[in-house]
Amino acid sequence: MPMLHTVNKSPFERRTLDTALRHAVKGAAILLIEDGVYAAFDGTVVADKVRAALADHKIYVLGPDVTARGMSAHHVIDGLEVVDYGGFVDLVTEYDKVQSWL
Amino acid sequence: MAEPWEDDELDGPVRKFMYVNRRAPYGTIYALESLEVVLIAAAFEQDVTLVFMDDGVYQIKKEQNTDAIGVKNFSPTYRALEGYDVEKLYVEKESLESRGLTTDDLVVPVQVVNKDQLAELMEEQEVILSF
Repeated sequence: MPMLHTVNKSPFERRTLDTALRHAVKGAAILLIEDGVYAAFDGTVVADKVRAALADHKIYVLGPDVTARGMSAHHVIDGLEVVDYGGFVDLVTEYDKVQSWL
Repeated sequence: MAEPWEDDELDGPVRKFMYVNRRAPYGTIYALESLEVVLIAAAFEQDVTLVFMDDGVYQIKKEQNTDAIGVKNFSPTYRALEGYDVEKLYVEKESLESRGLTTDDLVVPVQVVNKDQLAELMEEQEVILSF
């Protein structure tokens, strides 16, 4: 399996998600955590970019960070998968390695 | 006898303070630190204005629940600001819209202003602190 890329910065403030996407090979997965979860919500100016990335990547978002920020699964863009901490661990074991974009 | 902090001689001038909140609530400490400083200014009976713009609008998003991340949810504190006579809360329209949010999503009543109106408001202040 290719790599799992984690992104923890808001897409409105930093270019971290763009950089991760630019360096992720087809089939690599993206996991949005902490302020990175703001990329996961529909109706924002970055939603189309994230939707487009689904063509090449599975994109996951960490549920506890979503609810902390006053959002819920129904705000999440269709096609993204919400995972809990156990799911985070599963992804880390499932993919060959993890790159944490900070 | 009056307490020291009630002594008239210690009454300083009231200044117009604006606090500009531009960060999301939990990824960094800025939002919480700003709130602390706002409460201090309010305790000194200063003329306080709060602005939420950029990711700062997320600070006042409704329904925050931090149980699963082990961090204190400080969003209810924004609702207490009224009790400290902090009632001038502004949100930048462009910031709200680019995040797909409306005033219905916010925990406190705010005045929505566009970037030009916000620039005017900033010009009216005496002290501006950005977080």
